[in-house]
Amino acid sequence: MAEKVLMKGNEALAEAAICAGCRHFFGYPITPQTELAAYMAKKMPKIGGTYLQAESELAAINMVLGASAAGVRAMTSSSSPGISLKTEGISYLAGCDLPALIINVQRGGPGLGGIQPSQSDYWQATKATGHGDFQILVFAPSTIQEMVDLVFLAFDLGDKYRMPAMILLDGMLGQMMEPVVLPEAGKTVVPDRPWAADGHKNKRPHNIINSLYLDPLKLEQTNIERFKRYEKIKGTEQRCEELHTEDADIIIVAYGASSRVCRNAVAAARAQGIKAGMIRPITLWPFPVDTIQKRLVSAKAFLTVEMSMGQMVDDVRLAVNGAKPVHFFGRTGGIIPSPPEVLEQIELINGGI
Amino acid sequence: MKIHPLTIICGHYGTGKTNLSLNLAVDTVKTGVPVTLVDLDIVNPYFRSSDYSRLLEEHNIKLIAPGSAGTTLDVPALSAEIYSVFEREGNVIFDVGGDGVGATVLGRFSSKFIAHGYEMLYVINHYRPLASQAEDTAALLAEIEATSRLRATGIVNNSHLMKDTTCQTIIDSLEYADETADRLGIPIKMTTVPKGLNGISNIPDLYPISIYVRTPWD
Repeated sequence: MAEKVLMKGNEALAEAAICAGCRHFFGYPITPQTELAAYMAKKMPKIGGTYLQAESELAAINMVLGASAAGVRAMTSSSSPGISLKTEGISYLAGCDLPALIINVQRGGPGLGGIQPSQSDYWQATKATGHGDFQILVFAPSTIQEMVDLVFLAFDLGDKYRMPAMILLDGMLGQMMEPVVLPEAGKTVVPDRPWAADGHKNKRPHNIINSLYLDPLKLEQTNIERFKRYEKIKGTEQRCEELHTEDADIIIVAYGASSRVCRNAVAAARAQGIKAGMIRPITLWPFPVDTIQKRLVSAKAFLTVEMSMGQMVDDVRLAVNGAKPVHFFGRTGGIIPSPPEVLEQIELINGGI
Repeated sequence: MKIHPLTIICGHYGTGKTNLSLNLAVDTVKTGVPVTLVDLDIVNPYFRSSDYSRLLEEHNIKLIAPGSAGTTLDVPALSAEIYSVFEREGNVIFDVGGDGVGATVLGRFSSKFIAHGYEMLYVINHYRPLASQAEDTAALLAEIEATSRLRATGIVNNSHLMKDTTCQTIIDSLEYADETADRLGIPIKMTTVPKGLNGISNIPDLYPISIYVRTPWD
């Protein structure tokens, strides 16, 4: 099916996962993510896959762990409060070096919060998706076509590095519709998993999948090895899009839905002669530090725009490391900043540089 | 575009029911007929008729929305005011949620609709993957009719690809729409075309529509 179709973000994520060879989905409903699970419920039985609505988020993530340990592409999806419940299982996945795809369609928080879009789980996704020393890959699409593409990448890199991957979006991207081109089904090659606990058939030793270490030195050594892998990923897997950054005085850093708003604000600023540009992180972990640092000489100021009280701005400040001022503008509670609001911030900064 | 005093807009998720409902409401009120728009979508959290209350106010269109509209309350509760519309002067448009699940809410009003007479327009879009063929599209209406306990009386071919819609997009959907109409045994009441898209004229009952349902950055 190489034709253009019209899809909701949540549906596109589900269909892309199926195209990428995922046949095992375990979930639990929550707004504004439910269409993803509903799509899986409709489609999986028709293609010999498994859709299972678990009794809770905790059960769902542990089913993902079991399926992944058995060597199949497995995924789950939820929205903010549901992801909090899944964090224990995500830590176990990381501790077992298991790949899995986790989708977070963020809503307003903390607590039960609200059902409107938000980006306030950035810290959770990139710093602490559970207890212990670990990272997961985090991808941030800004269009529905990009969601489709990143589902493939997230599965592939998760397999390559044997670690969980998250696609972090927000309710607006999950609920909105856009035309997309889906990849041809059946073209995906799911790599072999010689480490999987899928039956040794008396031909190889037992594969043991475990995150419990009785020897502290062995646990330390495992963590050190894992972090060497993380360093390699930081060196090779940073991804971002640059928009008019070559000559930009003011560089916006924004991802997901915020970046859609900022794209318009950058155009409006350029129209009135302000040299504005944007760096749009596509991977949130690894964070595109290299690109930000490349622009440190020419840029005069940075402006981070988020649907949060200011979370990604920490990573921007770390990358900028005091070399240039880093400003922040955000709306929260389910409110999306408007292009004129962002333009006003650009104008304010422009008046001071 | 003259519509029935009680017009129900139903269809698959994401076919453009809300945008069509808003267009019908605005165009009907412009003919001098009072219009009430009933937001019956209690299965979708975003992009509902109630989210366009300002547009409706500007055009003096009465909106009946679920009590939770405009808040983050995710509760499928209806406004009691809905019962008043059967006695109301002017035209009433019902914007129903997607699929059979969304249409369930109509079931409780089915005897009222049958008593008063109604038009139920089934909105279709060739570019929605789960209902892109006439066979799937016809099967989906059976679900809607089962839960709503009402029968569709006509089809609106609202086939589009949002910003990527061209004349060819619409032309390529005509055969699908005809086949769907044949399978269902109901007529195509209109084929929509975005205003400003010139080059299509020889299609019967062409209905030029504005795009009201947009993202915050459009």
